Amino acid sequence: MAGTGKAHLASASEDVVLRVDDLVITYGGKADQQVQAVSGVSLDIRQGETLAVVGESGCGKSTLAKGIMRLLEPSSGTVTLMGLDITEKKGEDLRNVRPAMQMIFQDSISSLDPHMKVYSLVEQPLKVWKRGTPEERRAKVKDLLESVGLNPDVVGDRKPTEFSGGQCQRISIARALALEPKLLVCDEPVSSLDVSIQSQILNILQDMKDRYGLSLLFISHDLSVVRAISDRVMVMYLGKVCEVSPSAELTTNPRHHYTHALVSAIPVPDPTKQTGRAVLEGEPPSPANPPSGCRFRTRCPAATDKCAAEEPVLREISPNHFVACHHPRD
Amino acid sequence: MSELLDIENLEIDFDTQRGTLHAVRGVTLSVAAGESLGIVGESGSGKTVMSRATMGLLRGKRVKRRGSVRFDGQELLTLSAKEIRGFWGTKISMVFQDPMTALNPVRRIKSQMSEAMVKRLGMPKDQAETRALELLELVRIPDPKAVLDKFPHQLSGGMRQRVMIAMAIACDPKLLFADEPTTALDVTVQAQILELISDLRKRLGMAMVIITHDLGVVANHTDRVAVMYGGEVVELASTKELFTNTKMPYTEALMSSIPRIDAEPGRRLPAIAGTPPDPVEERVGCGFAPRCKYATDKCRTERPQLVDAGNGHLYRCFFPIGGA
Repeated sequence: MAGTGKAHLASASEDVVLRVDDLVITYGGKADQQVQAVSGVSLDIRQGETLAVVGESGCGKSTLAKGIMRLLEPSSGTVTLMGLDITEKKGEDLRNVRPAMQMIFQDSISSLDPHMKVYSLVEQPLKVWKRGTPEERRAKVKDLLESVGLNPDVVGDRKPTEFSGGQCQRISIARALALEPKLLVCDEPVSSLDVSIQSQILNILQDMKDRYGLSLLFISHDLSVVRAISDRVMVMYLGKVCEVSPSAELTTNPRHHYTHALVSAIPVPDPTKQTGRAVLEGEPPSPANPPSGCRFRTRCPAATDKCAAEEPVLREISPNHFVACHHPRD
Repeated sequence: MSELLDIENLEIDFDTQRGTLHAVRGVTLSVAAGESLGIVGESGSGKTVMSRATMGLLRGKRVKRRGSVRFDGQELLTLSAKEIRGFWGTKISMVFQDPMTALNPVRRIKSQMSEAMVKRLGMPKDQAETRALELLELVRIPDPKAVLDKFPHQLSGGMRQRVMIAMAIACDPKLLFADEPTTALDVTVQAQILELISDLRKRLGMAMVIITHDLGVVANHTDRVAVMYGGEVVELASTKELFTNTKMPYTEALMSSIPRIDAEPGRRLPAIAGTPPDPVEERVGCGFAPRCKYATDKCRTERPQLVDAGNGHLYRCFFPIGGA
């Protein structure tokens, strides 16, 4: 697990919506209590692309999302949105960037103000940014609610508490799209939903992406969900990047030992297949005191002395498939 | 009597401000000694309420329980709160979803683990603590001696769940309920815990009921599976039969709407439209009819009963997949 390295980034000529370079996000004040939750991560998302970030609890994926959104202050590194470096932006400058990047959260119910009506919730961003006349706004809100599969005449005057988690997530999506962002950051948007509702929301995200030409940063712990929705996947472990690959290839041919363990551990609903195997022993070490060299080496079946001494750097192992490992799987 | 647990026509109603909420609507299920039964369903399908009622955990003025739950031939529903305590730990035990809140945060692992053995089995305290150490070894906790002296917050979620499992099997129960035992855990840890539970079940000869929303979890760890929807069992079959010869449209829809790691990427998921039925409303036809692509007028007006397709495969549908 290495993580440093930018071999996986697109060349400057490509149409890149978001680019993150060597982002470091540190929690904790005193020097001896600091935890690097995101430790030198680089990524990019092209126009119309969905990049998924996958990893287990504590790998830094949500911190990364919040750092990109500037909801957390990065310690170092840069975030570039549409060619504009937003890392140092403050106050009004930062506010002016916000419409281009919006976010939806895991817990959709608590991310909506319980006292506001659905119509006002979705209209709010338009009002704040003084977009359109009241009539234009009304039409826009109706259109947004319809596009996420809600009947504006039925839901408009109701409050979020009257809706289920799946419906609240639809409202969140409508609200996030009101300002027609370029980038939508989704932090575990379907993790708290039932499976039958989960697929509805994934389909809506896909539709919205096509309709508005969105680029998506999709944070998830679930590789099966990621495989269904994303173009490329980045796997994280303890604040570092392990592997970046087109999503189909990642799950069928994982090259990093951690990715392989993740894929094997997923139980497939088919009793004839031996899945859901525990390849890994133990649990990730504390990010406050990460192992030297490759951070995964303490649990890795292929670890050698080199892994303790030297941090692996991302390299292209097959076209568009990058891995940070000294001894990748065949 | 070969069945260890016999649930017959169990109905659980809650008295709410909105009216009577029918959480469980006539469930009949049995678990044989040593068997592993999976109960699959979405939020609100009644799976957790059913298991808690079986454990005798649901009581009070606002809970109405009808039907019968027999353990080893003895009726549990009519027992008082005090009487049913005699069953907990030694006969029936439970592992909950959230190992965070299921453990007492202000007591050391040692003291909460030995309590049950002292109270239920009458063990002297030091003997119970020795046994607690053995149990932690059994659930493969690294450095179990140190863990005994820790508080729950000093352990990770996976470790806490191992402690919960160790506590649940401390008094040698005949039946273990595991209610979403791995839902709060990461996937690599989930795999470890599921392997551990399956392994313990075989070694100790316990029967087990795994309650989960994840069809993947039951596929590899159960003998039989019951699918619940809207408070009812809608399909019940051996695990292999359920996956290879699905009869109930809901089960089929559930299976196809799950994103699978072995599926084509970027494929649009066949989502189930709509939402589960309101548990307060009186039900006229089949509970799944409003969301079912095969539904006819008959489905909307008549209540389907469980039908046996032979070899113990039950389904609740007028128009089963592949014909009756």
